[in-house]
Amino acid sequence: MARRGTVQRRTTAAAVALLAPLALVACGGGDDTAADATGEVTSLTVQDYYNNEPDNTVYQEALEACGQQVGVSIERTSVPGDSLIAKVLQQSSSRTLPDILMLDNPDLQQIAASGALAPLGDFGLSAEGYAEGVVDASTYDGELYGLQPVTNTIALYYNEDVLAQAGVRPPTTWEELKTAAAALTQGDRYGIAFSGINTYEGTWQFLPFMWSNGGSETEIASPENAEALQLWVDLVRSGSASEAVVGWAQADVNDQFKAGNAAMMINGPWQNPTLNETAGLNYGIAPIPVPQAGDEAVAPLGGETWTIPQTGDEARQAAAAEVVECLTSDENQLALAEKRFTVPTKTAVAERYGQQVPEMQAFVDMVPTLRARTGELGEEWPEAATKIYTGVQTALTGGAEPLAALQQAENG
Amino acid sequence: MAERRRPVATMPAPPAAAAAGVRGDAAEPPVLVRRGRWDARRRERLVELGFLAPAVVYVALFFGYPLVKNVVMAFQEYTTRTFFTGEAPWVGLANYTAVLGSSVFSQAVLNTALFTVGSIAGQFVLGLLLALLFRRRFPLSGVLRSLLLLPWLVPLIASSAVWRWILDQDSGVLNQFLRATGLVDGRPGWLTSTSLALLAVVVVNIWIGIPFNTTILYGGLQDIPEELYEAAALDGATGWRAFRHVTWPLLRPVVTVVLVLGVVYTLKVLDIILGLTGGGPANATQTIATQSYQLSFQEFDFGQGAALGNVLIVLSLLFAVLYLRVNRRAVDE
Repeated sequence: MARRGTVQRRTTAAAVALLAPLALVACGGGDDTAADATGEVTSLTVQDYYNNEPDNTVYQEALEACGQQVGVSIERTSVPGDSLIAKVLQQSSSRTLPDILMLDNPDLQQIAASGALAPLGDFGLSAEGYAEGVVDASTYDGELYGLQPVTNTIALYYNEDVLAQAGVRPPTTWEELKTAAAALTQGDRYGIAFSGINTYEGTWQFLPFMWSNGGSETEIASPENAEALQLWVDLVRSGSASEAVVGWAQADVNDQFKAGNAAMMINGPWQNPTLNETAGLNYGIAPIPVPQAGDEAVAPLGGETWTIPQTGDEARQAAAAEVVECLTSDENQLALAEKRFTVPTKTAVAERYGQQVPEMQAFVDMVPTLRARTGELGEEWPEAATKIYTGVQTALTGGAEPLAALQQAENG
Repeated sequence: MAERRRPVATMPAPPAAAAAGVRGDAAEPPVLVRRGRWDARRRERLVELGFLAPAVVYVALFFGYPLVKNVVMAFQEYTTRTFFTGEAPWVGLANYTAVLGSSVFSQAVLNTALFTVGSIAGQFVLGLLLALLFRRRFPLSGVLRSLLLLPWLVPLIASSAVWRWILDQDSGVLNQFLRATGLVDGRPGWLTSTSLALLAVVVVNIWIGIPFNTTILYGGLQDIPEELYEAAALDGATGWRAFRHVTWPLLRPVVTVVLVLGVVYTLKVLDIILGLTGGGPANATQTIATQSYQLSFQEFDFGQGAALGNVLIVLSLLFAVLYLRVNRRAVDE
């Protein structure tokens, strides 16, 4: 395959020798001949947090297919999302990390910084053809530590029937958003719902607004970030959004939208399955409105990345690398994207996907500019994320004006 | 529960007695039999130690080790890195200065104080009133008394989810009721307004604490002999005066125990706040306990989390010592 480039050839002879026949079978790359097989790697352990359907089955099948291709069986464990990192830390100290580990992309740098992950370059894997944000998120200190097959982000979901009835077109700028939200607010229904909760979810929802306005997480109390926050404050103070947004997680936002309590919402494609099941709900998806017409929308990069922990067993690591390579192949990117309402991370594959699945086009358009949360701050991100949601909450609850609220939060 | 010291038997104490903590401080034995008695004493001592060992090991392993580890951790830069490398550089008091110097800390201390005082006051007053009510026998009092235990039996995660739903600003039952009855204009954000959230969390915690207070105080009331009330009634003390001069003085030891234990339990409350508000909005319900959890398990700064945890331990310890002193005095009386 074309993207098996120079990095692959740099693989040391020793590592290749240990690869066993697995390397030969993997992903149809027949040119990088490995030494003779010793064939001792027969199974690999995999750990992820896809414990809900349909993700659970989708990944089980994809991993098994890749395992078969590589010639190993897959022993997969799924833990609940919020306990994954705790489990990984525990496994780090007892040296019982799995052969293949899935991480939420903003967590990668922190775990890589601890030394628990192996650089993928050692196994000849590279991130060629991937969107820049994806590479940023999976890179620590100049080395690639993870490969992410698919991504998601957030966009503007709108209730087509409600908008049509009110004669409102999906807003594209902040001004339009305010006008549309006000026009759509009626009785018990709010114009828009978003999550301003005091967790990383709240920060994640605020990022596209501050980033599209030229703001950054490196300087939290900037005029750009304050303007973005002012937009949220205006939406809440005018009554176009509920004051309760400070307590809503994204799942709650989705419930409000489903129940018809909000005409529009900020949310991500992982909600599509439940939205599709909701009887009588016709929804559309549009990019998140930008400050001025013509501004570029910058959305945060979501999704999980696949890593190879330092288990100390080179043969197993090499086999694991083959599985990760297979899982992130073009075909698998397309298949995973289609089954999970996500978008391929290789820009060329994403374009192809947009042609095949037009309803996901709004997300495909955002892929090239998706920005990694850890792109600027790396392992310092959690601290900044905490400050951002604290500032957002202070302003939304009327504790201070946006700039002052962000200032307070930045000072800790 | 202090063991009254019993006269020690002249024969070596059987193992069961040794386990019960009887100390063999017999009077000085006659010189002639001294040697034999010394052997017996030593054996007795060994048996005592054998019975003590499991308890000592248990306490050291499950209470001592975590406590020491926590104290040590607070002086280290203990992060995600530490788990893989095992390295946790010493940073002296840096964790404490960072934690105590942050603006969240002063708010967390104030919130912890308000939360504890508010919860205890509410739980105790309502608990005492209910205990007094149930002292009188009336139809269905037994059923009602067991129903009262309900908040204790429901898992906190479940009850906080239900309370979140009740207190929801837009569609919660409470606001719907308030609007229907015209008691309140608009929709108060019980969990989403910075001025109401702490109050709401306190109210829910009072609801959870009432069974504990009622049960213990009811037990204390049962111990007050009926004759005292009869005698007081003969002297003309009934109603409030009977409570003031008979019930209250005799209930005092139990009251102290309830209050001190209540403070220790309330200081460390984590789950109910996490379930209702997660410490928000804008840190309005952030307590020392939730902030410590946030630092350790959200930001993975275990050193700072431990430092804050130690502050909480010292606070609880003060009340625990108070409890032990009060308890000893209560038993001695």
